[in-house]
Amino acid sequence: MSVNQISVFLENKPGTLNAMTGVLRDGGINIRAMTVSETKDFGIARIIVNDTYQATTTLKEAGFVCSLTPVVVCKASDVPGGLNGILKIMSENGINIEYMYASISAKDVKDACFVFRVTDTKGAVSTLNASKIHVVMEDEL
Amino acid sequence: MGEHYYQEEIECAPRERIIGIQNEKLKRQVKNVWDNVPYYRKKMEEKGVSPDDIQTIDDLKKLPFLSKADLREAYPYGLVARPLKECVRIQSTSGTTGKRVVAFYTRHDIDLWEDCCARAICAAGGTDEDVCQVSYGYGLFTGGPGLNGGSHKVGCLTIPTSSGNTERQIMFIRDLSATILCCTPSYAAYLGESMKEMGLSPDDIPLRAGIFGAEAWSEEMRHDIEKTLGIKAFDIYGLTELSGPGVAFECSEQKGMHINEDHFIAEIIDPDTQEVLPEGSEGELVFTAIDKEAFPMMRYRTRDICMLTREKCSCGRTHVRMCKPKGRSDDMLIIRGVNVFPSQIETVLLNNGYQANYQILVGRVNNTDTLDVMVEMTPEMFSDDVGEIEKRQSKLVADLKSMLGIKANVRLVEPKSITRSEGKAVRVIDNRKI
Repeated sequence: MSVNQISVFLENKPGTLNAMTGVLRDGGINIRAMTVSETKDFGIARIIVNDTYQATTTLKEAGFVCSLTPVVVCKASDVPGGLNGILKIMSENGINIEYMYASISAKDVKDACFVFRVTDTKGAVSTLNASKIHVVMEDEL
Repeated sequence: MGEHYYQEEIECAPRERIIGIQNEKLKRQVKNVWDNVPYYRKKMEEKGVSPDDIQTIDDLKKLPFLSKADLREAYPYGLVARPLKECVRIQSTSGTTGKRVVAFYTRHDIDLWEDCCARAICAAGGTDEDVCQVSYGYGLFTGGPGLNGGSHKVGCLTIPTSSGNTERQIMFIRDLSATILCCTPSYAAYLGESMKEMGLSPDDIPLRAGIFGAEAWSEEMRHDIEKTLGIKAFDIYGLTELSGPGVAFECSEQKGMHINEDHFIAEIIDPDTQEVLPEGSEGELVFTAIDKEAFPMMRYRTRDICMLTREKCSCGRTHVRMCKPKGRSDDMLIIRGVNVFPSQIETVLLNNGYQANYQILVGRVNNTDTLDVMVEMTPEMFSDDVGEIEKRQSKLVADLKSMLGIKANVRLVEPKSITRSEGKAVRVIDNRKI
């Protein structure tokens, strides 16, 4: 079961992230994970939110260009080797990661979450499920 | 040093004599196009004008105009007035697909063109004692061949370096003691900067005059160039359609450019009503080439906004002077000497899947024009993959380069971020201070 990540086109200039998150705030959207990749002129903000449909509608109405990308979100214990346990399985099964990011968790939270963009989302999800890795569903966000 | 002329008798002729020459040559030229250019004859017939109606230059206004659109329609041979066996050369503009102008020359046409360039070189103080380095491009572009020919006629030792290879340019200027430099003003500025970087001061180079044209330049730029190269900088004006550089040139007074009136008749018209405006009015510059055999432009609309003055010039020349063109009556931009139309950029964008939401930013850094195209991102052209977006961006840059002939930077911007005035996007922002 994959999660839809929203990718938003942003110009590489001051204030664009503020504008985007302001729109989400006004739409009552909670961002659960986020990463920004940039080039010289533009960037792509990749976000995972609590209500994907509402968020994309709100962003589009505000004039942002965005698209949906299926990603795999995994939960693992926030201990040394937590992430490595997932990556080992992916490596052994030939799952190619295009990019990934993690969410920082507070000290008293036991689990950490990782977001993976892989070439074969469906294959990755079934492999991880079979390996008893906790793959997060959209309704858990 | 007194004023120096190439053809004093005609350059300083009394007005009546110039008008007499114009009347005679105009009549002959009208007969030439009527007999030999069916395209223009049809235009005259449509206006109900026959050669008999044109007796003096006051009748010029009865004749139909020619424009760039006519050149396109008649491309390539439709406006040629001589059998090809009498033509010996073509030159062509830097323009691109659909906009390219190909002009034809007989021996006589090249001769008079080189005379015009020779007049410009003499007006800049050039004599057969001078060493003249021609750093305009040689080839289809008229700059190199025109000034090269003019330099020969004056008897200067001519160094045909053409453009580019800055170090070699500077080496020739120093080793061969070049005294006159001919190139575009932006290249002159660039040479000046390069010399400075090489630790050379104006005293280290023998140059004393420069003849610069083919693109717009300001008085500030003139002062910069004069200071860095230690020379006096002269302006020269021309169009490939009319022969090339030398249609008009600056004298030592530098108060406008003298138009070679024994070869070209200038008019100023209202670009909207097409009415001829009185002397001193600002309007579109229109030229009739009365002495050219192969490619006789009749009332050719240059689109340059300009002013003429017949006020007496203390250099002694009696030919009418034109001011530096103040802009264009169409949307054409001249960037690094190349003609650019916003419609060309729009075509490339649409062909690449972008929408026509764009803005063209023209600037000038270190006396060189810059061209940036801002394009709004669309959902269709967006991808989560940065590499993919950059690939599309690179393709756009390559396609623009092949369409325009010069490099444009492409900046992808957010939707609706391009300034719109009354709902319409502002297409061109020209920040050059000219």
